[in-house]
Amino acid sequence: MLELLALHYNYLAVVVLMMTGLYVVIANGNLVKKVIGLNIFQTSVFILYISFGKRLGGTAPILSPDFELYSNPLPHVLILTAIVVGVATTALALALVIRIHRGYGTLEEDEIERIEAEEQGGAG
Amino acid sequence: MVRLRNLFAVVMLFGIYSLLSAALFVALDAVDVAFTEAAVGAGISTILMLATLALTNARERSVTRRRALALAICTVTGLVLVSAMVDLPVFGALEAPAHAHVVPRYLLDSYREIGVPNVVTSVLASYRGYDTLGEVTVIFTAGLGVLCVLGAGREPPADDREDG
Repeated sequence: MLELLALHYNYLAVVVLMMTGLYVVIANGNLVKKVIGLNIFQTSVFILYISFGKRLGGTAPILSPDFELYSNPLPHVLILTAIVVGVATTALALALVIRIHRGYGTLEEDEIERIEAEEQGGAG
Repeated sequence: MVRLRNLFAVVMLFGIYSLLSAALFVALDAVDVAFTEAAVGAGISTILMLATLALTNARERSVTRRRALALAICTVTGLVLVSAMVDLPVFGALEAPAHAHVVPRYLLDSYREIGVPNVVTSVLASYRGYDTLGEVTVIFTAGLGVLCVLGAGREPPADDREDG
């Protein structure tokens, strides 16, 4: 079992990062920290894909007569797209955070829930 | 990072983390990804978060909550993932299934077909050009969304909570 884990150490690092991101998203009430947790989760997926493409002894996939063995370029392309899309979603999430702050004056989840409950109690 | 209360420091740590992951991508032969992560991940993301902090308040008040629940969920999910990962190809394997299908054509023929030595560029701009077009559409939509959500170009109403 330990030997198997040692051969797959890249996935182990990915799982640790992924669970760190998930923990931040669940356990933190602050909305900016939740966005950062989502970003950490996302980076772990990037690392997973890029480590799929790595070939030991290979080099970066830029063709040259000096090299024979290249790493897999396809995950690189997919993750290039994913990084840019990830920043677009982060921008949208942060815009929503700013909008929530304008409306409620706080970024803490429990305070927002309290204000919501008070408003509903007052209305009905 | 989980325990820090000063959000400015948290965002700075996040920028450093992005830069480190860019270095990791160089080590894994993904130089184009490293460029993008350093410029977009470490650069633009950090600037966006700093702008958010400038427009809101930069200190966290509440304490961490649901800690036991979060730890339990993360431990169980992590164990499931670890038990699944031992079936994946060994790190750096030369004959992994991921290298079998279209990749040999990209590596052997793309210079003749496209004429660009960087295979990532020829796949991004030519073989999978529609992906890139879709990506641009996503960015455009996200930009529109940000502008709509923030109501750019007009002053926010005095009592904003009513229409939110």
